[in-house]
Amino acid sequence: MPTLPPLLAKPVEIAPLWFVERVARAIFSSVLKAHPDLFDRLGQYKQTRYCFSPCDLPLHFRVVPAAQSLAVSRGEPPLADARIEGPLALLLGLLEGRCDADALFFSRDLSVTGDMEAMLALRNTLDDSAIDLPREFGALAGPFSPLVAAAARHIRARALEGRDAAWN
Amino acid sequence: MELICPAGTPAAFREALEAGADAVYCGFRDETNARNFPGLNFSREELRQSIMLARRKGVQTFVALNTFMRAGDEALWYAAADDAVALGADALIVADFGLMAYVAERYPEQRLHVSVQASASNPDAIRFLVEAFAAKRVVLPRVLTVQDIARLTRQIDCEVEVFAFGGLCVMAEGRCSLSSYATGKSPNMNGVCSPASHVRYREEEGALVSELGAYTINRFGPGEASGYPTLCKGRFDVGGTEGYAFEDPVSLDVIDEIDALKAAGVSALKIEGRQRGKAYVAEVVSSLKKALGATPAERSALVSRLRTMSEGQRTTSGAYDKRWR
Amino acid sequence: MKMKRAALSLGPVYYLWDGPKWRDFYFRIADEAAVEYVTLGETVCSKRQHFSEPHVAEVIERLEAAGKEVTLSTLAMVTLERESRQVRDLIRDSVHAVEANDLSALGLLKGQPHSIGPLVNVYNAATARTLAARGANTICLPPELPATSVHRMLEAMPGFSFELFAFGRMPLAISARCAHARSKGLTKDNCQFICGGDPDGLPLRTLDRQSFLVLNGVQTMSSSCAVLLDDLAPLVDAGLSRIRLSPQDCDMVRVAALYRTVLDGRMDGEEALVELAKAYPGVRFSNGFLHQQEGAAWVSRGRSAGLGHG
Repeated sequence: MPTLPPLLAKPVEIAPLWFVERVARAIFSSVLKAHPDLFDRLGQYKQTRYCFSPCDLPLHFRVVPAAQSLAVSRGEPPLADARIEGPLALLLGLLEGRCDADALFFSRDLSVTGDMEAMLALRNTLDDSAIDLPREFGALAGPFSPLVAAAARHIRARALEGRDAAWN
Repeated sequence: MELICPAGTPAAFREALEAGADAVYCGFRDETNARNFPGLNFSREELRQSIMLARRKGVQTFVALNTFMRAGDEALWYAAADDAVALGADALIVADFGLMAYVAERYPEQRLHVSVQASASNPDAIRFLVEAFAAKRVVLPRVLTVQDIARLTRQIDCEVEVFAFGGLCVMAEGRCSLSSYATGKSPNMNGVCSPASHVRYREEEGALVSELGAYTINRFGPGEASGYPTLCKGRFDVGGTEGYAFEDPVSLDVIDEIDALKAAGVSALKIEGRQRGKAYVAEVVSSLKKALGATPAERSALVSRLRTMSEGQRTTSGAYDKRWR
Repeated sequence: MKMKRAALSLGPVYYLWDGPKWRDFYFRIADEAAVEYVTLGETVCSKRQHFSEPHVAEVIERLEAAGKEVTLSTLAMVTLERESRQVRDLIRDSVHAVEANDLSALGLLKGQPHSIGPLVNVYNAATARTLAARGANTICLPPELPATSVHRMLEAMPGFSFELFAFGRMPLAISARCAHARSKGLTKDNCQFICGGDPDGLPLRTLDRQSFLVLNGVQTMSSSCAVLLDDLAPLVDAGLSRIRLSPQDCDMVRVAALYRTVLDGRMDGEEALVELAKAYPGVRFSNGFLHQQEGAAWVSRGRSAGLGHG
C-alpha cells in the first residue's frame, strides 16, 4: 500500500493548521475555477458533508460541495455524512478519477463510513471530471509552476504505481 | 463482430470512442435505465454532444431504456424514447413490451434492440420479438452456452449480441427480484440492484461485515479482500454449510471463446460496466479491441492483463460453458 | 357499496413433489378446496417433468369433474431444444387453456385465448394491452408490483381479468445454474433430482442465521410467505378478479378456505391471519412489495390504513 514518504509527511504534520487549510483551500478553489460545473452531477448530494481522512497524515479534510467549503482539522474526525479514509495518494487518485474506487473499497485500502450512496455519487462525479492535481498544485507555485507540476506528477506516478489497473 | 462499450459519463464515452468502440451504450439520468446510480448517466444535452462526437468518429450510440415502465408514469419512458430518437440514437435498447410497442408504432424506422432484461433465451422468444415489435437485435441473457447460441442464431432472422466481459448476473436478467425483496429497489422497477443506499459495512471483532438492508451478505476476515454486497454474490448458510451459494465474486470473461462466438453467428460483443470508471472503460475496450483482431496465440497475453481488472481478481466464462450450471 | 367478488385461483406447484404426492395434492384440491381455477404443470425445471406427467390426465379429470377450470403452465425458462419442443407441443396439443411463463410461449400463443403467468414481466397497462391484443385474457401480475401499479392497471383496463399473487413463497429469481444442486455438491446436469428432498424449498440463511431465501432447483424463492389476505378488499373493489394461491407444502385446502372466508367478509382479516399461521406454521409472512417496501417486510393493516387506493 503506498504511503506518504516521511520527507513529505513530516512538514505537513508540523505545519500550522491555518497554513495547511490555506493551501488546501487555494487548490480547492482553483479546481472549482477550472471545473465550474464539477458538482452538477451530485444532484441531491451537493449538501452532503464529505470527510477525507488520510491515514498517513493526522488531518481531516471536510468538504461541503453546495457551500464550496473546505475545512481542515486534527484529532477526532469532524461530523460528516460520509467519510473516506485511506492513504493520501489513493485519496488524491480518487479525486482525480484516476483510481477505480470499487477496487479500492474492496481491497480494504480505503474504508468508507456513512452514506454509501453519497460516496458513490461523488465517485461518479469525479470520474466524469478531468481534475489534474499536479497542474493545480503547480499553478499555485507561480513562476515555478512547470517544475512543481512535474515534481507532483512524478510523486503521483510513484505513489499510484500498479494501482491504475487494480480493479475489483 | 462489433464491440459494444459502456459509458456511465461523457468522460467514459470519450474514452470508449478513443479506445476503439464500434458502438457505445448509455442511458439518461433517471430510472428509465438499469444503471440508475447516483452521479451516473447522461443529461439530454450530454447525450446530444456525445452522439455528435461519436458520429464524427463513425461510432454508433445505443440508448438503454431498459427498465420496466411504472404503471401510471409511462410518460417518463415515452419521453425518454422520444428524446433518444430526436437526438439521433442509432438504436434503443428496450426491455418492456409496452415500450417496445410504443417505439415500434411511433418510430418504425428506429432500430430497436431487445435488452438482456427482456430475457429472450430461445428461438421462439426471439421470433415473437421480431414479429411483434420488429426487433433488429437481441441481447441474449447470460444463461446460454456457446452451443446453445450457435443453434439459436441458425433459427432466427435477427442479430444477436452477447456479453463478453464484466459483471456477471447469476440469475436470468430482468427476472430477478432479490434486490427488491431485501431493499424495495429492483433492477426492473428502479434500475438498481443491491443499491448503495441500503449498504452498510460494520466492523465485528476484526471482521468486516457487509449488509444489504436488514440482511448480512458477507463477512470478511482480517486482511481478506472485501466485496460490494451484491446479493447473489454473497456468502450464505445452506444446510449448515457456509459459502457462495449462487456464485463466487467473479466476473465474466469470454475472450477465450471469441472465435467460437463468431462462428456461432454472434453479431456483437458487449462489455458490461456503465457504473465503472472511465479508466476501466479505456482499458477493457482497448484490450478487447486488440483481442478481436489478434490471433488466438496473441490473445492470451492480452487476457492476463484484463483479468486483473475483474471482481475478486478472477473470471469465469459463466453459462457459456455448460459446466457452469 | 356493491361487493365485488374475486375468484380463487391455484397456481402451479413450483417445488418438486414426487408423483403420488403431487397427484394426491390435486385430488384433495379437487374434492375439498374452494378454488375455481387451477393452473398446473412443471414450471421451474424441464428435467422434473416426468415426475408429474404420469398423473396429469387423472388429475385434470378429477379437477374438472369437481367444476374447476384447468389451465396448463409453461416452463419459466426455455433454453434447450428439448424445452422449446415441450412448450411447442403443449401449446399445439393442449385442449386446455395455457398459461405463458416465458417469451416463447407468448409468441406461440398469438391469436388464441391464453393466460399470462406471474413470471412474465407485466408492469404496466401498455404491456398488458399489448399482450391482450394478442389473445391474453387473464394476467397474473408479478409479485414485485406495488398496489399503486395494480390500481393504475385496473383503472386503465376495466373489465379485464387481472390476477394477483396473494399467497405463497414468492418466485424471486431463476438461473441457468442450479444453486440447489450446487449446495449439495452436484451440478444441474447431474443433479439426481436432489431438490425433491426439499418439498417446501431448501432454506438459505445469512451468516448471522437470518432466514432469507429458499432454494427450489434453479429457482430462488423468498423465505417469507407472501400473504395479502388482509390487503385484498380495496383491490377487489377496484376490479381485481382473481386471487392466486401458490401451493406450499402445507394445508392448502385450509389456506383457500381462509382466503374465501375473508374475501366473502365472513371473517376479520386479523383473525384469519392467526388461523393462517396455524395452517402454515413456522413461516414468516410478508406483504412488503404491495406496500412499496422491501418484499420481505410485513405491513399490518393498521399501519397501512392510509394507503388505501394508493
